[in-house]
Parts: sequence; C-alpha cells; structure tokens
Amino acid sequence: MRRSSRAIRGLGPILGTVLAGAALAAPDAAMQERLAPCIGCHGAGTSGTEGVPSLGGQLPDYVVTQLFQFREKQREAPPMNDVAAGFSDDDLRAYADAVATLPPPSRSGPAADPALAERAQGLVAKHQCNSCHGSDLAGRDAIPRIRAQREDYLAKALAGYKSNARPGYDPAMNEVAQGLSEGDIADLAAYVSRL
Amino acid sequence: MTPIRTPTVAGSLAVALACLGLGTVGSYVAHAQETPASAAPPASVKAVERGDALYGRPEGGAAAKLAPVAGPPLATAPAKLPLDKLKVPEGFHVEVYASGLANAREMTQAPDGTLYVGTRTVGKVYAVLPEAGQDGKRVVKTIASGLHRPNGVAFHDGALYVAELSKIWRYDDIANHLDGAAKPTLVYDDLPKDEAHGWKFIAIGPDNKLYVPIGAPGNILMPPDTHAQIRRIDLDGKNAEVIARGVRNTVGFDWNPKTKQLWFTDNGRDWVSEDIPNDELNVVTEPGKQHFGYPFCHQGTFTDPEYGWGHSCAEFTAPAALLGPHTASLGLRFYTGTQFPDAYRDAIFVARHGSWNRTAKLGGDVVVAKPGSDGKIASVEPFLTGFLQDNKYAGRPVDVLVAKDGSLLVSDDYNGAIYRVSYGK
Repeated sequence: MRRSSRAIRGLGPILGTVLAGAALAAPDAAMQERLAPCIGCHGAGTSGTEGVPSLGGQLPDYVVTQLFQFREKQREAPPMNDVAAGFSDDDLRAYADAVATLPPPSRSGPAADPALAERAQGLVAKHQCNSCHGSDLAGRDAIPRIRAQREDYLAKALAGYKSNARPGYDPAMNEVAQGLSEGDIADLAAYVSRL
Repeated sequence: MTPIRTPTVAGSLAVALACLGLGTVGSYVAHAQETPASAAPPASVKAVERGDALYGRPEGGAAAKLAPVAGPPLATAPAKLPLDKLKVPEGFHVEVYASGLANAREMTQAPDGTLYVGTRTVGKVYAVLPEAGQDGKRVVKTIASGLHRPNGVAFHDGALYVAELSKIWRYDDIANHLDGAAKPTLVYDDLPKDEAHGWKFIAIGPDNKLYVPIGAPGNILMPPDTHAQIRRIDLDGKNAEVIARGVRNTVGFDWNPKTKQLWFTDNGRDWVSEDIPNDELNVVTEPGKQHFGYPFCHQGTFTDPEYGWGHSCAEFTAPAALLGPHTASLGLRFYTGTQFPDAYRDAIFVARHGSWNRTAKLGGDVVVAKPGSDGKIASVEPFLTGFLQDNKYAGRPVDVLVAKDGSLLVSDDYNGAIYRVSYGK
C-alpha cells in the first residue's frame, strides 16, 4: 500500500537494545518519548499484561487503522480512546510506523496439544483465516498479525466481533465471528496464541 | 490463469461452463487431487458460514490468496495522489477537484454547487464547498460523524438524505448546517442489519420517491424476502414497495433522462471462476414485476452451480450490458450535461471499483456505456483509466456524478479524493 514507502521514524535508545540489527533512521527524541507509555503497557513487542495486546511485528496499515478507530471512537477500548483523542492524522501515521518496528512477540510456553491443534486447524480452515491473515497468520497490509498474540486478547477480540461490540473497520470479522461458538473462540485463541 | 480446483462443485461447474462453451472443461477438474495449502478440515466441519464474503471459495491454491481489503482510513496527501497516472480520451482533462475526504464514496450535488459525500468505513459525511480558495483547494467540512457505514447521500429540496447501514436520515436546510451539529430526522429504518452488502447507495427518482437497495446478506445464498431487492419509499418513509427483485447488490443507479426508467449496476457473485459471472447493467422496465436472476441466474446466461438447477435464465430479466467479471461496478449516472461531445449525450458512466476476487485484477476505472439508436447499449468503453498499475490499485473509483457545469466528478475511496474530468478549454 502507499504508506509502505514512508520513512520509518527512529525509536531511539529506549528501543535500541531490543531492536539491535533493525534498520532504523536517526533517532527521533520526540517520538521516543511518545512511545515510552505505549511500551509501558504493551511491552516492547511482547505484552506481559492481561488483556493488552502484543504490538510486535504488527503491520503499520493495521495499526494506523486501529488508532484511527480509537480516535473516532468507532472502537471503544479504554484508555486508548483518550490516548488517541488528540492525535492528528500525521500522529497516527508516525505512531503506526514506529510501533511496526517492534520485534514480533516471543513466547516460551509449550505448543498446543495435538487434540487442540486438530480442532483449531479445522476451525482455521473452515473460517478461512488464512485468506486474509496469510498462510502463517502473520497478516498483510491492513490485516493484522495474529500468531503468537496473547490468548486472552484473541478471545476478547473474537467475542467482541461476534457480539458486534467491536465493529470492524471493515465488517469481515463481524461476519466471520457470527459462526463461532464460545468453544470455537476458546480453541482458536488457545491455538493461535501458541503459534 | 490458475484453474479452479474444487472437487465438490467441479461437476456442476463443468456442466455450467460447458453450456457456456467456456474453456476446456477438463482443466477445471484435473487438479482436484492437489493438496490444499492450508490444513484440511475434518470431515465433520461444514462449509464456511453463508454470510461470510469468503463463502463459496474453493479449497486452497491460488484462490486462498484472494480476499477483499478495505481502503485506508486516512486520505492521501494531495501531492501523492495518482493524478499523473490517470488517462482520459483525447480532448478531455482530469484534475483533482477535492482531497482530504477519507473513504469518499457516493456523491450528490446541491444546486448551489456544494458537493456532499458519504463514506463506508469512517462514519463521516462531508461537504465540499464549491469555490476553490487562492491555493486552488476547496474547503472540506465534516457535516456528520460517528454514523454506521453512511455510504448513501441524496440532496433534495434543501435537505440531505443520508443512508446508514439500516437507517435513513434527513438533514433539513443542510446548507446552513455544515458545522457538524445538525440534528437529523429519521426517515426510514425498516431495514435489515446485516453487515454483508448492508451499506447503501440511495437516490431520489423523477417520481419524487427515495430508492433504497437491500443487498443479499452474503455471496451466494437463498435470500430472505426482505433482501436482494430495490425498494422505493415516499420521502416521509411511508409506502415502501419492492420495485426489483433478484438483485444481489447494487451500489449505483440512475434514471434515463428520456424514458425515466431506472438503470442499475449489480455486482455478480464470487468464487465461481476467475472469468464469470460478469457484473450487470440492468434496466427496470416494469417496476415490481421483474426478477433479475440472483441467486438462480447470473449475467443473464449462466445458471448458478448450486441454485440454478431446475431453472433457466429465460425466467429472469437479462442485463442490458455486461460490465466484466468481479469488476465491482458501483456508481452509475447518465450524462445529462452539454459540456462533453454529442457522442456522450445520454451515455452511462459507470465507476468500477475494481476486482478482488480475481488473480489478474480488472476494473479500477470509469467506463462509458453508449446507447445505439435503438436505445440499447451499443458499446462499453474505457473512459478514465490508470488506477490499476502492475496489478495493484493506485486508487479505486466508487461513484460518478455529472456536475452542474457538465464535467464529471469521480470519487476514490482509497485516496479520499474527488477528481474532475472536463472537456475542451
């Protein structure tokens, strides 16, 4: 998409250690300062906070869309609506580009057990998650990376789509989630979070 | 072109394609044994839900790479608009009319020249003031926000009608309420709440009635009696009547200035083939009596692999013209101005948003359907092209509108911009 050519804003020393080796532009002190509170809750790629998603490896087109939805109150998720309330369009882009440089989430627990994996793979195939999220569920363009996302967050997101409490920017996920049972949501969240 | 490979519908598809004389049927079934890219579902898992845009998709292969993608929520900066890529016929000129209208969709123009523009994904309705400032840019005001898929706008007698997914509102004396604080009046809400094909194009006809489409709630299914149709209602929301059935999803219509008949685009179903069915250009000649085929017959010649059995396309009203497979033919307007050459008089401009359900993208342009002396469509020709570059979209046209001065305005929801095509000078 057209935003992919944007220069990535530097994140500076705070992220420098976790981003060793990543190609970054010169550090932007202002952006570095702005990002610090994001990392405070979301972690530097991997979230350790219940209900708060990992942002690492997320695509800028997806992040900018979520920040837009927070600003416009299309998606209610305190405290993000207040956080984004004063953002300009350029702020949204700058934050999205910066967030997108965080390394993909890492996890150390065991993989899904075979019975769970079989059930969940059936659901992934049935609901064609790969069509938009990609064969490895790492996302593309404005479609988010979901692999290795926090289990509690994935379950909350799917439940929100199913009840329409979380209206998608595009209705695709609201349509898909209508066919999910509570058990399906639990299986998908458990499996995808362990990829 | 990658062949479809689906063991389950290959048989009926082969029959359908053979009837159409399309391609080599054998190639459509030869790959049925190939392993799907994703894990195979257990036998007990039924197909994806019918309300899903992906319903009907064959397993694995190249089809798995295709999915609809919504445009971005932020408008493209004026300097980055794809103006230098756009092409129009000789003698015509294209320029940026307005920018900064994220997700710009349907357009309507007031007699004072103010342009009103709806959106699908950002919840806003815009007004573009008619006079450009000294910097050549027109002021864009957000007159409403927080609405749910307010795609449809229609100006009439000083009021702006706005169609959300399931509610139609009227903003009275809109010209004096451009500050975003106007309180609208509810006109009509006896509408389904399905997200699939739920956003609406609306228009007010020469009969002073409001025309409202209700799309099929999914790709291919047997629609409830409340769906897959066009209704017309009195301007106060009363006396709704169905004037066309078998309409999968129309996002553009207009009235022939001579016959006063309603012409509309209809988006064809997905996942049958890369190459069929075509989107349709249809005409309502007997309001309330015609069925345009969905879900039984597509493009006037092709019975559906699932719902077509026991039916013939002869039972349904055939399209007046075909607009290409998966091209997402949306906004449609008759050319009623005098600025363009005579050959364009009463011709129909159609904005094709561009395909997603096709490996080699098609559409992403404005075409012109020209009538012959018998009133039937004699040709469908490219008019505004260049949005499709290397199988990627540099922009996506949604609606066309004949401006008061006879130029043609084109909305682009990917860039949040309005272009103006003029002739001469």
